[in-house]
Amino acid sequence: MSYATRRRIISRVAEALCALAVLLALLPLGMILFYVIKEGGSALNLAFFTQMPKPVGEPGGGMANAIVGTLILIGLAALFAVPIGCMCGIHLSEYPATRFSYTVRFAADVLNGVPSIVVGIFAYGLVVLPVKRFSAIAGGVALGILMLPIVVRTTEELLRLVPPGLREGALALGATRSRSVFSVILPAALPGILTGILVALARVAGETAPLLFTAFNNRYWSTNIAQPIASLTVQVFTYAISPYDDWHRQAWAGAFLLVMIILALSISARVAVRRLERMNRV
Amino acid sequence: MTTALSTTPGGLTTGRSTMTTTPTTARLGKITVRHFDFYYGEAKVLHGIDLDIPERQVTALIGPSGCGKSTFVRSINRMNDIIPEARGEGVIEIDGKNIYAGGTDVVELRRRVGMVFQKSNPFPKSIYDNVAYGLKIGGTRNKRALNDAVEKSLQRAALWEEVKDRLQESALALSGGQQQRLCIARALAVDPEILLMDEPASALDPIATTKIEELIWELKENYTIVIVTHNMQQAARVSDLTAFFMLGKVIEFGDTKKIFMNPREKMTEDYVTGRFG
Ligand SMILES: Nc1ncnc2c1ncn2[C@@H]1O[C@H](COP(=O)(O)OP(=O)(O)OP(=O)(O)O)[C@@H](O)[C@H]1O
Ligand SMILES: [Mg+2]
Repeated sequence: MSYATRRRIISRVAEALCALAVLLALLPLGMILFYVIKEGGSALNLAFFTQMPKPVGEPGGGMANAIVGTLILIGLAALFAVPIGCMCGIHLSEYPATRFSYTVRFAADVLNGVPSIVVGIFAYGLVVLPVKRFSAIAGGVALGILMLPIVVRTTEELLRLVPPGLREGALALGATRSRSVFSVILPAALPGILTGILVALARVAGETAPLLFTAFNNRYWSTNIAQPIASLTVQVFTYAISPYDDWHRQAWAGAFLLVMIILALSISARVAVRRLERMNRV
Repeated sequence: MTTALSTTPGGLTTGRSTMTTTPTTARLGKITVRHFDFYYGEAKVLHGIDLDIPERQVTALIGPSGCGKSTFVRSINRMNDIIPEARGEGVIEIDGKNIYAGGTDVVELRRRVGMVFQKSNPFPKSIYDNVAYGLKIGGTRNKRALNDAVEKSLQRAALWEEVKDRLQESALALSGGQQQRLCIARALAVDPEILLMDEPASALDPIATTKIEELIWELKENYTIVIVTHNMQQAARVSDLTAFFMLGKVIEFGDTKKIFMNPREKMTEDYVTGRFG
């Protein structure tokens, strides 16, 4: 076999292996989508969105309370994590080389690796124990803590990508340092930061473990953030481990909805970026 | 463009005469530099600079790459303050006041000393917001005052006609030359007394360059201009005075004509005639 032929064959094999790897990587996603639609599709009707859960044995019912609960929980998480995370990221990008900044950065990376159930226990001790009640606030705190390191690091990294010339331009016009950050540098980095926030939200929207002993669950309609609240993930978990076929179907539908919410967050991240970039860059 | 400029005689320059052109002989010292040294950490890059930059004249700074021209102009509005480990020693006076004296309000100083950078750096905002930025952060809220200032500044920067119908569009959609003129308009909007320009035309085509040079001619009626350039013809065309820098020192400083036609120093002659190196 000539050298050229051998080279061509090796090249082909390598290409085929790469293509196979791509397929294998996409397979789980495809299968997840296939199964949730197949199993959950039949339970996914208008009632699922508008009705409350029915007692065992009664067919039908929906997860209206859990849908609203999930939205409230991730809203609270964003409320806690976004202001703190953004300010923290601004500090890190403004004072990148101080000992304090190294410590904060390290802490954020460690926090990012802490298992979510540990964060849940922490929020339990911090918020639930003192008032002796599960609450949406406690769940929001737990999810907020999980979001925090992602928001901190994306904010920092995107701010540092802003060309230094913009800062100089602002200072040369008589801006103070903080003014230059908030009026020029932060807006320039905003599309990217927003994506980071939405990605972080998508990540925590799928969390179950930290909610089990913070937000707990609620069979009833509740939008009171001082009370326990239902969430899609916990509801799916509860229904999935139950022995009832009807609940299993609902669990699948809930899983399908979760996937859709996460997909929607990812898509809105992209749309938002494109919108803002049209104003920002060209 | 000349007409656009002359129709708005000094609309922004309240308190300064715009009707009389200062004769070249009257040399009021606007910026006085005495024994100014500059260090980046351990490296000393400016050595005992002495210069008297006159009011309402164009002073060109020329010299080989790395000789410290940018460092020097950035010292005049203390832009180097933001570089860690960098420090200046000596005196730079503006209107007789040392800007490196303790208690100097740097923000106020930078309002009086505008700067146009070598690489145009429009903000990722609309054209309007770019020009209005300096006034807004200075506390101007009045919509009419802002509109007027934006229009006048764009006219003086010879950009108004090209952008008047798309003030709300992103500044980043402008061409390179337009962006540079926008940066000039932005600097003019806050009505500084001194304008520092660090190679403002280095990235521009000949037509845009000509526009900027004409602009500098117009502007010197009201502003004291310091311009860094690598282009000898440009220095000869636009400036009244020229300072030749080399290795962090001022080798020769004087009338542009003299520097180019009959320099005192051999080094200056070699450099301006391109025989350098
Ligand atoms: N931020 C910095 N940190 C350390 N050294 C610097 C810094 N900026 C400039 N220098 C050094 O200072 C010297 C003068 O640089 P400067 O930028 O003032 O030169 P220049 O005359 O403007 O050159 P050019 O014509 O290429 O723009 C150079 O040796 C350069 O390497
Ligand atoms: Mg330079």
